[in-house]
Amino acid sequence: MSARDIVFENVSKFYGEVLGVNRVNLSIPPGITSLVGPNGSGKTTLMNLMTGLLRPTQGRITVLGVRPDQPEVLFRFVGYCTQFDSFPRGMTGYQFVYSYLRLYGKTHKEADDLTSSALERVKLTDAAHRKIAGYSKGMRQRIKLAQAISHWPRVLILDEPLNGLDPLVRAETIALFRSLAAEGLHVIVSSHILHEVDAISDQVILLSSGYVVAEGQIHGVRSEVEEHPMQILIRCARPSVLASHIFEMDSVVEARVHKDGKGLLIRTRDPDRFYLTLNRLVVDGLDLESVAPADDDVLSVYEYLIGPDGGSI
Amino acid sequence: MNPGSWRLWRAQVWAILRFEIKKNFLARRGLWVYLLALGPVVLFGGHSLEMLRRGRVCELGRDSLIYATVFQFFYLRLAVFFGCVGVFINLFRGEMLEKSLHYYLLAPVRREVLLAGKYLSGIITTIVIFCTSTALSLAVLFLHFHPSVIEQYLYGAGGLGHVFGYVGVTALACVGYGAVFLVMGFLFRNPIIPAAVVLVWESLNPFLPSVLKKISVIFYLQSLCPIQPPAQGDFAFLAILANPTPAYLAVPGLLLVTAVGLYIAARQVRKLEINYGAD
Repeated sequence: MSARDIVFENVSKFYGEVLGVNRVNLSIPPGITSLVGPNGSGKTTLMNLMTGLLRPTQGRITVLGVRPDQPEVLFRFVGYCTQFDSFPRGMTGYQFVYSYLRLYGKTHKEADDLTSSALERVKLTDAAHRKIAGYSKGMRQRIKLAQAISHWPRVLILDEPLNGLDPLVRAETIALFRSLAAEGLHVIVSSHILHEVDAISDQVILLSSGYVVAEGQIHGVRSEVEEHPMQILIRCARPSVLASHIFEMDSVVEARVHKDGKGLLIRTRDPDRFYLTLNRLVVDGLDLESVAPADDDVLSVYEYLIGPDGGSI
Repeated sequence: MNPGSWRLWRAQVWAILRFEIKKNFLARRGLWVYLLALGPVVLFGGHSLEMLRRGRVCELGRDSLIYATVFQFFYLRLAVFFGCVGVFINLFRGEMLEKSLHYYLLAPVRREVLLAGKYLSGIITTIVIFCTSTALSLAVLFLHFHPSVIEQYLYGAGGLGHVFGYVGVTALACVGYGAVFLVMGFLFRNPIIPAAVVLVWESLNPFLPSVLKKISVIFYLQSLCPIQPPAQGDFAFLAILANPTPAYLAVPGLLLVTAVGLYIAARQVRKLEINYGAD
């Protein structure tokens, strides 16, 4: 067990007879980790377990060496932005962040400074003294985020944090996550927006029906899905010429001209060998524009592992 | 115990109090608590005004007995009782329904400290509301008496002690019932059920064996009331106190019941999970 990681050891959670998560063993290192899975797959349950909002039915959890049933220690370095879209009544954005900072034992001056800083980071300074009840969905999402980051946590847990954000704020929020991760924080994100998860994650945890079906860096996870040959898109001016060379390779199981006619989509069970052979063709004078994996993303991996009927992501 | 911890806990309880007291006093669902507290004020105010209008003056001793009866049978058993149901059950349950309790649980606060802060906020709220109501109802009761009669009663016949006695019993009722309903808020989703069960239990108190009598709040409060209602009339059976407990035992007894309630509540709050869907 590492005091640097978030560790789940054989953790199960049942709601009565309903399974939340089952036999989860994980070690989450610093960086951005995405929890991916359809509704009911156990993403929120995992987040609630690591913050002590739920107690495991069995197993053990530690967050940087601290048990979640010690909130007085845990939340000194953990911030959690839940997906609950509800707030204490009658509060302004400023009061909301400030009031909870006072629970940390902060003085008025400290709480005031931290509140202003958090509101600035989520670009809510102008709306700070308006009632939260009058905020838009995106603003409510950002004020929750401000509250979660206000005490400069080392572990930031975000349940669907991009929901309701417009594209500009979404991009800014993702940039904020990246900068936090670059500072060495654990940033754990659950999201349904797969292409964004794909773009921001250092590692992913794929969940289905309460089970962890895969974890690790997305490219590593993809390479382990052996029954689905990897798809590679090769962009070139003359795909038919390229195809004639490629059909001679043992490692290729399928090759077809891309529908736009400007590339070749191939499927291979041995990408390493394929890339080596392709390199030799390039050295011999074959002209290529680009070579890129076509199904090396979270959605493809998820579909390969769970199947297209795995749930609505 | 680390003195730093005490300082932190004190700061945290203070932060919780600032949060909660405002919420308790201004909660829309707490309107009926004010109505319950206003009940005796309106009742005795109406009585005094009617006497003034008719130009009649009642006998102070008789009015004191009427007040003692109303205080025990309406005020303690219903007004303060249901007022505490409204305030204390909602300290945690209300926030579960509003889906905002998790913010507290995501702060670096020991759950017991959170419980203490919330309980104290309930105590302050109910004591302010109901002790004010007790004092006001006594004030309006005296309204139609001549000032010299009131002065004689307060300073010559132990009336001031009665006033402090009633206010003190009201405060202790808030402390005791507060602890009981704080626990009930953890154990039951629907407050009507525990309120009904406790009400029946408290009403049966005169008929219970002496050991069981002590597991109640009204048993101690009755003993502490400065004037006992007359043991006659329709509600006489509720007033029977076979062995009135002296104050030096009744107060610790009530505080013991409160401490047991708070201990159970502390165990419950440690196990508390956020599962709004199920609530």
